[in-house]
Amino acid sequence: MRNKFGERVIETAIRFSGFAIIAFVILIFLFLLKDSLSLFRVYSFKRFILEQKWLPISEPPTFGIVPLITGSLLVTVGAIVICVPVGVATALYIAEIAPGYLKTILKSLIEVLASIPSVVLGFIGIIWLGPFVKNTFHLSTGMCGLTSVFLLAFMALPTIISISEDALVGVPRMYKEAAYGLGATHWQTLWRIVLPAASSGIMAAVMLGIGRVIGETMVVMMVTGNAPIMPKSILQPLRTLTATIAGEMGETVSGSDHYYALFAVGLILFIITFVLNFTAEVFLRKGRR
Amino acid sequence: MSFETRISIENLNLFYGEFHALKNVCLQVPKNNVTALIGPSGCGKSTLLRCINRMNDLIDGVRMEGRIVIDEQNILTPGTDVVALRKNVGMVFQRPNVFDQSILNNLKFGLRIHRQMRSKNETKDLIQKCLEDVGLWDVLKDQLRKNARELSLEQQQRLCIARVLLLKPEIILLDEPCSALDPIATLHIEELLRVLRERYTMVIVTHNMQQAARASDYTGFMYMGQLVEFGVTREIFTAPRQELTENYITGHFG
Ligand SMILES: Nc1ncnc2c1ncn2[C@@H]1O[C@H](COP(=O)(O)OP(=O)(O)OP(=O)(O)O)[C@@H](O)[C@H]1O
Ligand SMILES: [Mg+2]
Repeated sequence: MRNKFGERVIETAIRFSGFAIIAFVILIFLFLLKDSLSLFRVYSFKRFILEQKWLPISEPPTFGIVPLITGSLLVTVGAIVICVPVGVATALYIAEIAPGYLKTILKSLIEVLASIPSVVLGFIGIIWLGPFVKNTFHLSTGMCGLTSVFLLAFMALPTIISISEDALVGVPRMYKEAAYGLGATHWQTLWRIVLPAASSGIMAAVMLGIGRVIGETMVVMMVTGNAPIMPKSILQPLRTLTATIAGEMGETVSGSDHYYALFAVGLILFIITFVLNFTAEVFLRKGRR
Repeated sequence: MSFETRISIENLNLFYGEFHALKNVCLQVPKNNVTALIGPSGCGKSTLLRCINRMNDLIDGVRMEGRIVIDEQNILTPGTDVVALRKNVGMVFQRPNVFDQSILNNLKFGLRIHRQMRSKNETKDLIQKCLEDVGLWDVLKDQLRKNARELSLEQQQRLCIARVLLLKPEIILLDEPCSALDPIATLHIEELLRVLRERYTMVIVTHNMQQAARASDYTGFMYMGQLVEFGVTREIFTAPRQELTENYITGHFG
């Protein structure tokens, strides 16, 4: 009897923490929504979404999120274009090609990479990568989209590599045997059988990688140049959603329109990352089927 | 016992690291017949079978000595073209291992990797022919784009056989092809083997004594890495020459 009671207590506790997490997510969403609505009462949602200028302290202010979304989008796409092929190729190398000892070394190295604080990468960006980009492309400043693209790609790599690698290792051995048995070479087996079989896991890795990039704040604050203008190219200074919130929150008056506008930016960011994570989860589930 | 030899295995020894898995195996596999390999679990049947298409190459630390001669060539020499070998010596596995792709793609895979994709019509005819050979065409002709993993296990195994036949092999190795199937499906596959025997040299590993008796022309009995006895199936099952063989097929095994 006592045992049963004990079990019930534990079960309830576990269930409660599960529900608590769901409740937190919903609460955060409601909290963001509530403060965002305070903005939309005085500033139309349509203008917020369509206006091409972010001028929060002009008189009257303009809260157009387009340049910020464009900035986020530009650096995210740039980072993904670099880190997806590199990450998947590395995962393939670790899962299928590297000899045993190298596998272990590479895997722990990637864990180390994942644990580098982003502020350190920001430093590297300011001191070394920024000037390098500036000289290479003959720019007036190295603090621009491209510099952050490199750093963000680097930051997303560990996520993409380790989740893709899991997916590749999880491909049933019997598929490979079937391919080899039909006379396929190592490369043909990887390309035509292993990669497609792992594709949903790899897609999930890419989604989580994108989520990581789009949510990153410190690095983009430090190296994008932070200009809240519509970027014409990736070689220009720009600003992301995250950097806007982090950079301006300290300067606003609590309860002002500007203050609420930042919450609205946060709401948009929350929705984007939520959708990304949700999609990743769908892909992971499909892969496990 | 008189037959034309298709595969000649001569003094074959195989080591998994230190473990001596095949001991001086000598075996002449007769052409266009079904040869069964029987023996208790772990005696080396699969290992022997996988030597014939060099599948053991995929395992680290395997060492082989001796010769396996097919078409006057010792296929164990390092210079052997394993891709061509595996095309000529097809393999069907214990669990039906269709790819998680469409039926059509499962079949085309072999053609693609061997660069044998012809015109659309020619490919279609080839595929139809092979599916007819394994008795799947009438059932599946309208659903070739369906994922192969949605088929029944028997159909999957038939598809695996079709996938092998499509490459026009001369030898087919089957490693317990029916162990994942129910008794009726097993009989169907055995029937299929009987038909295919006309055209292919087949070696089948089986745990199922009745299956060996029913489906094969010749039988080899293996024990602890050695080939104990080899002969016409009927003789092995009615008048074995070795006591070990007799004990095994009568079920008196320690
Ligand atoms: N990759 C391997 N590494 C080391 N030893 C192995 C390996 N594969 C098989 N063996 C050993 O070699 C022996 C023969 O194995 P094999 O799989 O050929 O047996 P089998 O006759 O096919 O058995 P079963 O009827 O269970 O399939 C066994 O003792 C097994 O433990
Ligand atoms: Mg076996």
